[in-house]
Amino acid sequence: MAKITYIEHDGTEHVIDVKPGLTVMEGAVKNNIPGIDADCGGACACATCHVYVDEAWLAKTGTKSSMEESMLDFAESVQDNSRLSCQIKVTDDLDGLKVTMPESQH
Amino acid sequence: MSNASAHVVIVGAGHAGGTAAALLRQYGHEGPITMVGSEPIAPYQRPPLSKAWLKGEADADSLALKPVEFYAENNIDFRPNVTAVSLNRGDKTVALSDGSSLGYDILILATGARAIALPIEGADLKGILFLRTAADAEALKAQVGPGKKLAVVGGGYIGLEVAASGRALGAEVVVLEREARILARVACPELSTFFTGYHQKHGVAFELGCSVTAFEGRDGHVTGVKLADGRVIPCDAVVVGVGAQPNDELAKDAGLDCARGVVVDLDARSVSDPSIFAIGDVAHRPMPIYDRMFRMESVPNALEQAKQAASAITGRPRPAGECPWQWSDQFDLKLQIAGYAFDVDQVLIRGDPATGKFAVFHLKGDQVQSVEAINSPPEFMMGKMLILNRKPVNKAKLADPSVSMKEVAAESAPS
Repeated sequence: MAKITYIEHDGTEHVIDVKPGLTVMEGAVKNNIPGIDADCGGACACATCHVYVDEAWLAKTGTKSSMEESMLDFAESVQDNSRLSCQIKVTDDLDGLKVTMPESQH
Repeated sequence: MSNASAHVVIVGAGHAGGTAAALLRQYGHEGPITMVGSEPIAPYQRPPLSKAWLKGEADADSLALKPVEFYAENNIDFRPNVTAVSLNRGDKTVALSDGSSLGYDILILATGARAIALPIEGADLKGILFLRTAADAEALKAQVGPGKKLAVVGGGYIGLEVAASGRALGAEVVVLEREARILARVACPELSTFFTGYHQKHGVAFELGCSVTAFEGRDGHVTGVKLADGRVIPCDAVVVGVGAQPNDELAKDAGLDCARGVVVDLDARSVSDPSIFAIGDVAHRPMPIYDRMFRMESVPNALEQAKQAASAITGRPRPAGECPWQWSDQFDLKLQIAGYAFDVDQVLIRGDPATGKFAVFHLKGDQVQSVEAINSPPEFMMGKMLILNRKPVNKAKLADPSVSMKEVAAESAPS
């Protein structure tokens, strides 16, 4: 299990044990964490699972595909550490990961 | 009784019903929630059934909206394998197929839609399948593989996704379409031509403008599809994807205003009964950006209406209106569609279809009504924005792929 901290835009923290193999998005959605909508269920089609990855973890979460890059480019309030959480696979290496949600996914 | 302690009964445990139940708890609803569903399993995502799941790239756990223990942990009384058989609005009860009855303070109808069957000879043969539920997909998966012949009746998005997945699994696939082109009801001719070509390149055969008159079988199992011109297309299995109809009989019988779907307002509330909501495929809803009412069959619509109903029930402000959208994955193509092509007087193609990366914009005057984007996320994302904000667009710039979508959209940004 990897412990992942999801931080809502208002600062509310949720610490969740997520099974390796799931995505960071699935860890949030399956635990009913507010702030990650994931309308398309992980098809990289909607950009409603946008998160900011804690700088210390950026390298470990891997690189963006061109599709993800392209979707993010047009999402709201994008920063350098923005990712689509459906594209980050959870591994044991991500134990301790922290992600913060933007104010809105729509 | 205040809404906070109200008993909310949700009829239908699909994407809409399951999302409404979860959002009610997320938004702080404290009263009891009961959700009944006709299927044996908890709410799950249907879109992957014709795509990743069919190809074996997703399992049952990943399809589930929430883990099975979620419902008990959140005090949601989920009852599988049960349907609602009648609704009594006078005493606010729903009679269930197991003989029991449920009293409600607030009722959410999320009964969805069902696949339309072909009323023709041989329609009850084994091997004639639909794709709506996980059980349907399981049955289909068992029939598709190397050396198998699959006939798909209906060249709509479901049919094309099944065709693509069937080819990925090694089956021979033929798509039978009544109209002269595939996607005739939902897309422009340029898109139909593109998808036909792409599927043919991947080995899918097409019979266009053909009428299916009967299914032929041996020992109770389908062996072929008979066409009006007398030909028989041999096959081991058939998938019928010719559309869906709303499951609105429960509402109709109870006297709720229906128009191919339960008529609701912007809170997803029935216009005939303030204690009843209808969400998802079964709802006939207002869409202010098009100044009309209609019924949609898409996950984003189900989610938006679940949000509207849960917000109204828990006293939250009504969520901002969203641009309707949907997506389809076929082979390595990602199709993203925003909006609906109502009252369109011009179709504008941005990019070159031959490159496999282009977008089709449907315009009414200088307003974007809808966009179909193939492998083109910028056109989709900015298209959604243009459809929602209703500002005039600079058509010359929109038609020129060398002008970025950001620049096109900036000119149309709300001032």
